[in-house]
Amino acid sequence: MFSLLRSMWLVFLHMFHKRETYQYPEEKAPLPARWRGRIALTRDPDGGERCVGCYLCAAACPVDCISLQATEAPDGRRYPSFFRINFSRCIFCGFCEEACPTYAIQLLPDFEIAEYDRQNLVYEKEDLLINSQGKYPGYNYYRVAGMAIGGKDKGDAAKEEPPVDVKSLLP
Amino acid sequence: MEAHFWWVIGGVLFVLLNTAAGLIWLERRMLALWQDRYGPNRAGPLGLFIVLADTIKLFFKEDWIPPFSDKVVFVFAPAVVVASVLMSFAVIPFGPNILVADWNIGLLFFLAMSSLGVYSIVLGGWASNNKYALLGAMRGASQMISYEVFMGLALMGVVLLSGSFNLREIVEAQRGMWYIIPQFLGFVIFLIAGVAETHRLPFDIPEAESELVAGFHAEYSGMKFGMFFIGEYLGVTLVSSMIVTLYFGGWLGPAFLPGVIWFVIKTFVFISLFILLRASMPRPRYDQLMEYGWKVLFPLSLLNLLVTAAVKLILTDNLK
Amino acid sequence: MGPAFYIAGAVAILSTLMVITRFNIMHALLYFIVSLLSIAVIFYLYGAPFMAALEVIVYAGAIMVLIIFFVMMLNLGPQTAGDEARWLTPRIWIGPSILCLVLLAELVYLILQPAGTAGDVITVDPKAVGMSLFGPYILAVELAGMLLMAGIVGAYHLGRQKKKIVHRFLERTSDV
Repeated sequence: MFSLLRSMWLVFLHMFHKRETYQYPEEKAPLPARWRGRIALTRDPDGGERCVGCYLCAAACPVDCISLQATEAPDGRRYPSFFRINFSRCIFCGFCEEACPTYAIQLLPDFEIAEYDRQNLVYEKEDLLINSQGKYPGYNYYRVAGMAIGGKDKGDAAKEEPPVDVKSLLP
Repeated sequence: MEAHFWWVIGGVLFVLLNTAAGLIWLERRMLALWQDRYGPNRAGPLGLFIVLADTIKLFFKEDWIPPFSDKVVFVFAPAVVVASVLMSFAVIPFGPNILVADWNIGLLFFLAMSSLGVYSIVLGGWASNNKYALLGAMRGASQMISYEVFMGLALMGVVLLSGSFNLREIVEAQRGMWYIIPQFLGFVIFLIAGVAETHRLPFDIPEAESELVAGFHAEYSGMKFGMFFIGEYLGVTLVSSMIVTLYFGGWLGPAFLPGVIWFVIKTFVFISLFILLRASMPRPRYDQLMEYGWKVLFPLSLLNLLVTAAVKLILTDNLK
Repeated sequence: MGPAFYIAGAVAILSTLMVITRFNIMHALLYFIVSLLSIAVIFYLYGAPFMAALEVIVYAGAIMVLIIFFVMMLNLGPQTAGDEARWLTPRIWIGPSILCLVLLAELVYLILQPAGTAGDVITVDPKAVGMSLFGPYILAVELAGMLLMAGIVGAYHLGRQKKKIVHRFLERTSDV
C-alpha cells in the first residue's frame, strides 16, 4: 500500500522534470554517426565510383531490395550499369554495408525519405550516388587493390611491390 | 422558477458534455506532463483543438456493425452508459441553487444509475459476439457488481452522519466540518470503488488492452465507440463530483468565490487524481482485484459503517 | 393516478408480455429489466421512492446482471433461440395461461368492487422504512438476516479453494 502511494508521489514529481520531447519538424533529434538510415553509394577521393558491382550487397540483403548489373569500363574499372534500391522494402538492417568490400554502399544518418507515392521510393543509381566519401574519407579501393586499371598498372598500388618478372633469372 | 429550472438543465448538460470532451485533451496533456512529454500541442493553442479533431475523426469513421452481432443490442449498449451517467448528474448539487432534482433519495438514485451502467458493458460485450468482448463483459459485470457493494456501504457512513439521502442536505450538513475527516476510511473505499466502477486504468480489466485487445468494445467503431469513450470521461467526472459532494463539502468554501467555482475546482482536483492514478499504477490481475475487493475493502467498509454507527449512537446519547 | 401511471403500467405489461414471448433469452432478459424499471416508476408514483430506488439497485442492477452473467457464462447465444421456438408449443403454455386468466378475472372482480376509496398518496421516506423495519418487523429482519447468514456460510463452503499438493510419494489436498 505504501509503495503505491510512494510511486504516485514520484510520478507526481515528474511534473517538475524537464521534458524529453524533441519538437520534431522544428527541432531535429541528434542522430549518431552510425545511424542506419538512407542508403547511398559513395565515391573515391578522386571522384570515381567506389562500387565495383560485386553483387555482395544484393546477396546479403534479407528482403532482396537491391538489384544491380555490373559492367566494365574500357579502362578496366568495374561499375554497375544500373543500381536500384527499393526503399519500400528496405528494412535498414545494414547488412549491405557490412558485406560491401569497397565501402561503396553506406547507410547515412538520415530518415526523412517519406513519399506519398510508393513508386517514388524506388531509388535509381543517380538518386543513390552522392558526391562524397561517406564515413571512410581517404579510402580508395583501386589504390590499395592489386588490379590493373587505366593509369595504374600492376605493382603501382599502395604498399605493393612491383610484380615479379617470371621470365628473368635475376632475383 | 420554471425558466430557471430549464436553464439549469441545459447549462448542466452543456458544461458536462464539454467537460467530458475536454477531458480527452486534459488527460493526454496530464499524462504527458507526468511522463516528461508534451502531449497534443499542435492543433490550436496548447493543442486544445485535438478535442475537435478527435470528434470529427470519430464522426467520420466507418460505423461498422458486425454481421455476426446482435444488432439491436449492439446499437443499444453504448447509449446506456452515457444515459445512465448523465441521469446520475441530476441529483448532484453543483451550487447553492444549481440542482436539477432535489430528491430525498438522491444518493440511492446515484447508486441505482451506476448499477444500471453495468448493462452497457455487459450488453456491449455480449452483443459483439466476440470472445474477447465476452470475456471483457464478464469481467466487467463481476467487477462492477462487487465494487458497487462496497461503494454503497462506504456511502452509508456519510448517510449516518448527515441523516439524509438528499445530497443537498448532505452538503449543508458539512458546514462545520467536511466529512473527509470523520469518514476518511469511507472516502478511501469510495475512491477505490469509484475507480473500479468507472473501470478506469488501474482497474480497467474489462478492456485490458494488453490481454483482451479492447475488451467489451473491441468490435465498436465510429461514434458508438465514441459513446463509450465519452461515457468513461463522464463517469470520471461523476465520481469526482460525488467525492466532492460527499466528502469535501460540495460547493462550500470561503466566500470570496461563488459556490459553483469551488465545486468545479475541487472536482478538477479529483479528476487530476484519477489521471495520476492512471499514470502511476499497474493493472492488477483479475483474481487479485476480486480478492482485494472482497477480502480487504468489504470488511473495511463494514467496519467503517459499524464504528460510525456506534460513535453516532454514543454521541447522540450523550447529547440527550 | 396521472397519465404517468398509465404509461408506466402499459410499459410494464407490454415488456412483461415480451419477456414471455421472446425466443432469444438475452432479449427476454432485457425486456424483463425494462419491466422492473417501469415497476420502479410505479413505486415512485405511489409515494415509495425508497422502494423504487431499491428495486432498481437490487433487482435491475444486481440480480438481473447476475442472471445475464450466467447466460453469458453458459454461452446461451442465438443458437438456443431455435430450441426455445420449438419448445414454446400451445401444449406447454396453455395451462399456465388459463390459470393466469383465472387470477386476472379475480383481480378485475376485486377492483370492480365498490370498496373503500384508496387514500391519498403518502410519501414514505427512507427513515419511515427504517423505523418500521426495526420496529414492528424486527423479527422478519432477524429471520432474513439468519437466512442470509446461512447463504454466506454456504457460499464460503462452496467457494473454498482446496490446494492440491503433489509430492513424489503422496498427493493430498489442503485448505489454503
